Amino acid sequence: MTNVVIDPVTRIEGHLRIEAQVDGGKVTSAYSSGTMFRGMELILQGRDPREAWIWAQRICGVCTTVHAHASVYAVENALGIEVPPNARLIRNLIAGAQHIQDHVIHFYHLHALDWVDVVASLKADPAKTASIAQSISSYDRSSETYFKNVQARVQKLADSGQLSLMASGYWGHPAYLLPPEVDLLAVAHYLDALDWQREVIKIHSVLGGKNPHLQTYLVGGMAAAVDPNSPNVINWERIGFISERIKMMRAFVEQVYMPDVIAVAGYYPDWWSIGAGHKNYLAYGGLQDGNQNDQSQFGFQRGIIVGGDLGKVLDLDQTKITEAIAHSYYTYDGGATALHPWQGETNPKYTGPTPPYDALNTDSQYSWLKAPRYDGMPMEVGPLARMLIAYAKGVAPVKTLVDGALAKFSAQPPVLFSTLGRTAARMLETVYLLDLMDSWLEQLVQNMETGDLRIHDGTKWDPSTWPTDTELEGWGFHEAPRGALGHWVKIGKDHKIANYQAVVPSTWNAGPRDEKGQTGPYEASLEGTPVADPTRPLEMLRTIHSFDPCLACAVHVVDATGKEAVRVEVR
Amino acid sequence: MGEAGGLVTRPDLLTVAGAAPPAEEEGWLQIALAHRGISRRRFLGFASAMTALLALPASMTPQIVKALDTAKKPTVVWLEFQDCAGNTESMLRSADPTIADIVLEAISLEYHETIMAGAGAAAEAVLAKHVAAGDIDILIVEGAIPTADGGVYCTIAGKTAVQHLQEAAAASKLVIAVGACAWDGGFPGLGVTGAKGVGDIISGKPLINLGGCPHNVANTTATIVHYLTFGSAPELDQYNRPLFAYGHLIHDQCERRANFDAGRFVEAWGDQGHRNGWCLYKMGCKGPQATYNCPIVRWNGGTSWPIGAGHGCIACASPNFWARMSPFYDRLPDVQMFGVDVQAQTIGLGAIGAVSVLTAVHAGSVIARRSRGRGKAVVAPDGTVVPEPPTPAAPSDGSGTSA
Repeated sequence: MTNVVIDPVTRIEGHLRIEAQVDGGKVTSAYSSGTMFRGMELILQGRDPREAWIWAQRICGVCTTVHAHASVYAVENALGIEVPPNARLIRNLIAGAQHIQDHVIHFYHLHALDWVDVVASLKADPAKTASIAQSISSYDRSSETYFKNVQARVQKLADSGQLSLMASGYWGHPAYLLPPEVDLLAVAHYLDALDWQREVIKIHSVLGGKNPHLQTYLVGGMAAAVDPNSPNVINWERIGFISERIKMMRAFVEQVYMPDVIAVAGYYPDWWSIGAGHKNYLAYGGLQDGNQNDQSQFGFQRGIIVGGDLGKVLDLDQTKITEAIAHSYYTYDGGATALHPWQGETNPKYTGPTPPYDALNTDSQYSWLKAPRYDGMPMEVGPLARMLIAYAKGVAPVKTLVDGALAKFSAQPPVLFSTLGRTAARMLETVYLLDLMDSWLEQLVQNMETGDLRIHDGTKWDPSTWPTDTELEGWGFHEAPRGALGHWVKIGKDHKIANYQAVVPSTWNAGPRDEKGQTGPYEASLEGTPVADPTRPLEMLRTIHSFDPCLACAVHVVDATGKEAVRVEVR
Repeated sequence: MGEAGGLVTRPDLLTVAGAAPPAEEEGWLQIALAHRGISRRRFLGFASAMTALLALPASMTPQIVKALDTAKKPTVVWLEFQDCAGNTESMLRSADPTIADIVLEAISLEYHETIMAGAGAAAEAVLAKHVAAGDIDILIVEGAIPTADGGVYCTIAGKTAVQHLQEAAAASKLVIAVGACAWDGGFPGLGVTGAKGVGDIISGKPLINLGGCPHNVANTTATIVHYLTFGSAPELDQYNRPLFAYGHLIHDQCERRANFDAGRFVEAWGDQGHRNGWCLYKMGCKGPQATYNCPIVRWNGGTSWPIGAGHGCIACASPNFWARMSPFYDRLPDVQMFGVDVQAQTIGLGAIGAVSVLTAVHAGSVIARRSRGRGKAVVAPDGTVVPEPPTPAAPSDGSGTSA
């Protein structure tokens, strides 16, 4: 048996450490540890709830927007505010753009190098790459000359002896199975995607002022004023600018991202049966097309799937959510091992090894993440959870997409419970969102045409309109690119934040074991993953990256003083 | 029209800098660019944009081009500690030059957790090699550095952030802190992890602070180009921030300033004034007390910026802005209307709200300590800290700030 440590896990957001035992060429047990803690939510206490989103957004700069989104919904829920349609549409356009851009970046810049050997691409015949490219896509950058130039660029890098970001890769690893020509195709699109992401995210800049960390959210709506006849705000010219970038999104997703995922997956069929994990999936739902709590209007569905049973989607009951800390660097008063967020406490108490260290105490506490559970069960969240829940609920466009993809591989839905299933679901979800983006922009245009320019409901903007005799509680749900995100807020009679808490997607996925010894989703999914060379655990990275980890989000961002300050209240 | 002809006959490509480079450079450029394997047009566009951003004469463009075309690319290491990767994301949005041009042609970014190919031991081996060789040209730091409880609040490969930073800084020629957290502890600095800025940890190295939440990559790129071209930082203020980026009030550069002067204010979100693009001062905008070149450089390739998009400034590039500038929707007190010229260097550092005052006790003491350490600020009787006027300085050695 060999011990394998991956620290830092790179090509993710944040600080993640994986320890695993490998026996007989496979992972037999794995431990997931978040190694960074900031302590944020106490800082929100006593502040104006209207600005909570500005702070909360800084939980993550990769998942920028998503915490702002959940935060304003939480405060609006507490105050009983329904935002005007234009504000909802602008938020959805921002969220949709975030998903699409983030998913493409994930595939090319965070995940692809697990499957693509950059150095091997130097051996490719560019003419053959061109022929492959033209056979799978109508993308216009697919000439032999184009691929020759990309190859020359990579050759220059290799010849320089200064490989920059590629310096530490596992090039030549036996688990790389693509023909050099497909490697070259992917390398070319890695570079194209860098240009593409920068251009399409200008949607955020127009609607939010900047990216990352947008700055136009408001409790009650958005600060991105709409007026077709004003030169300084969202007008017909800006609509055209956004529309053009949605077209660029569609072109790249349909002509590059989708065919590339299918092409790469074709060379790695084993990975449809590796990395399943618990097969429990959870989604809060979101991207509302109407009232924020009307589930019939959700772009993403809400629900629970247990044990891979696609025949039954359970309703979500929030009271069944707990957070376990048996293996986390926290204590609960009275020695409890798991509490519902309503009763949640966060008393940080580091009990890990003194740095510098070589190994964690995996028998006791080993992570700054708590271990969220639903009805006592670990749950996976994210694109795969969303696509499975929508598929099982029979959402027509999702069913068409999923069945279409499965047909290409002559496969049945259970293959989606896998490392490759997560990667494929993320791509399918991106395609699904393209039509929604078109529809949201079209609705915004219709409203502008008919003179509905409202972007903000100001009736509750002035805190003097809030009650002074009662505390207010609210929650905001969002489906972030990485999965189910919830923010809970409690507003005191003094109109200041009394309590604040976020329960975040990567906490669900990357959390450690609980008091019963049940593994978290990363840990469970790694079990059985093949490892050809324990000193170069490329295959483990495939499974970890398939979740798209975000550790800045995941580490419980709560009260670092151990006070009872962050007790969460949920109606 | 061939590429060679393009250089001479397409001066419009260089209009950012205002002039074409001298013709005698042409032959040399051809060779240099062929060697680097990138399009001349893109490369020259980059160099001239940098020249303009740094307010250098257009005739300097060839010198910048030359500096960027050295045989060996400078080795750059990017470390992340208590961060959100927002500064990394900002870097990925770089437009002039693009991120691919930066990491493939301009520098060799040998270590950057978020985007590097290798992981675990393979990644750490690359870092260890450069630390041992002492050959890191530029060390870029993102995120705060937790110092409490032996540094257990951030470990990478089992080592604390403090240890990583000290080892890497000792092997570096220049250190750049990007974003609010790496500069002064930022958001985590208000918590209990003992989060500090880079300048509080290291000493004896040139340090440039590029605040902002996140940093604007255009400024970072320009700063790096200046350093590579001239071997020194651009002129810095008392916080080691480049004057070209942090030397002027947002209020003075704001496209809505004429509305302020004319008394045209947004009174409610979405009202006619808001739709007309009027001044956001009454909605809490901190532009009158914040410095940054945000209105000029803007974001995402110059597409927009927060005030341009309709929301007030939160002064994210100002010292300890979280503690000092919240509540973000309260109107700034004491903003002069007419006839009073507010200068960047005379802005007080007092916190503006009750909550801020409470939470700023800690942060304020950090500012005061840091400022006293540098001997470049005055503590007013009410406890606020007023910086002295910025004086151009070489990069500070970062000393005098450790506890």
